[in-house]
Amino acid sequence: MTNASNGTPAIEFKDVVKRFGDNVVLDKLNFSVAKGDRVTLIGPSGSGKTTILRLLMTLEEANGGLILIDGDPYTHEYKGDKWVDIPEKRRREVRKRVGMVFQQFNLFPNMTVLENIIEAPIHVLGKSKAEAVQRAEELLEQVGMTDKRDFKTNQLSGGQQQRVAIARALAMDPEILLLDEVTSALDPEIVADVLGVLREIARTTDITMLLVTHEMQFARDVSNRVLMFDHGKIVEEADPETMFTNPGHERTQEFLKAVLGN
Amino acid sequence: MNDDAIWNWDTAWDVLPALLRGLVVTIEATVVGMVIASILGLLIALAMRAPTRWVRAPLRFVVDFIRMTPLLVQLVFVWLLLVDVPPLVIGFGVLGVHYATYMSEVYRAGIEAVPRGQWEAATALNLPKGRTWRAVILPQAIRNTLPGLGNYAVSMFKETPYLFAITVVEMYQAAQQYGALNFSYIEPLTLVGVLFLLVSYPTSLLVRRMEARLA
Repeated sequence: MTNASNGTPAIEFKDVVKRFGDNVVLDKLNFSVAKGDRVTLIGPSGSGKTTILRLLMTLEEANGGLILIDGDPYTHEYKGDKWVDIPEKRRREVRKRVGMVFQQFNLFPNMTVLENIIEAPIHVLGKSKAEAVQRAEELLEQVGMTDKRDFKTNQLSGGQQQRVAIARALAMDPEILLLDEVTSALDPEIVADVLGVLREIARTTDITMLLVTHEMQFARDVSNRVLMFDHGKIVEEADPETMFTNPGHERTQEFLKAVLGN
Repeated sequence: MNDDAIWNWDTAWDVLPALLRGLVVTIEATVVGMVIASILGLLIALAMRAPTRWVRAPLRFVVDFIRMTPLLVQLVFVWLLLVDVPPLVIGFGVLGVHYATYMSEVYRAGIEAVPRGQWEAATALNLPKGRTWRAVILPQAIRNTLPGLGNYAVSMFKETPYLFAITVVEMYQAAQQYGALNFSYIEPLTLVGVLFLLVSYPTSLLVRRMEARLA
């Protein structure tokens, strides 16, 4: 097993296959993400972008291939020529390095804002309550939610909930942050707030980010690499400047035309 | 003249203390029965999620068996089987187990009503399975089950007269005994009905308010 060294990618997909019934969503997908990279996945719906994030969070099981985090096999490995499950305990160790923010926030409604944030640091990372609360308060400050600390989550607007969800994910100190259409469920006028928070995180941390978004301007600002997906395959890969101003592939041109409306 | 009247207040006052003592037994049986039903029902619901059929299939059979046979038959059967156990204790146990099979369905529905995103968020935070259940899923699921629990409590309360079959002197049995001794059934049985209504109606209103609040 390799360990984190400079050359090891943060994320590596090797021949990853994912099917839902007869529908092949990812067909032997290969790509890697270097540490500290901010990669945006774009493409029409059903092209497999969200599935990639869900595989990385173990919310879906691959049907074949390998997913490596820092070079460590995550969900499966090859023993001889057999593709075998990685035991839950090892999977959990690797999963600690990955965090995710969801489209629908998925805050725990039976807890307050603060409780949402400190739950996992206490029960997964083994932090003391005082430590966890202190870190949570820093994060709440960062996302501008200090005054909502003791609110129940259903007392918050969508944008506020998403900011808490971002703080909750960051409280686990992930090396990799997955952002799955985090502004798609929000009213247009609060999208900017949430994106502002994320821009700030991108600017001040070296967390590897993998994002699926329809906010092309945001993708352009935050990411240093854009992957265009279609039918579970990468059709084009470029830096954002090139991708958004001078895409090479016909499919990318069509897609961008459709979403940017020009 | 007074003897011919359908309703005699003296008789009513005379029987009331015995009925109230019976009501205490009735409420006791309901409370203890519901405590057993709530805990056992949850355990059944959780066991029904076991990955292996070797747990689920036999349990399913037992649950269906209990649900598909009359409470009265179960009471008498267990009472005849366990001669050394006080009847009231048998009543608690049989009521509890019988309603646990219904409660397990309420819990199942309550657990399934917790959105998938909650499980996914727990996975994303790497929470262990046990912690996910205790801190995230069950608090939300149990909130969903409160109206169901209330409805079954009312329903169990109304079924306690079956305990007469195993010699427990609850409210209905107290009325019967009084009637047999004094040859007047109208007042005792009417009062039994009124007392049942006085307890179950407010309870059901409470449950309805709970439902409205949770909806």
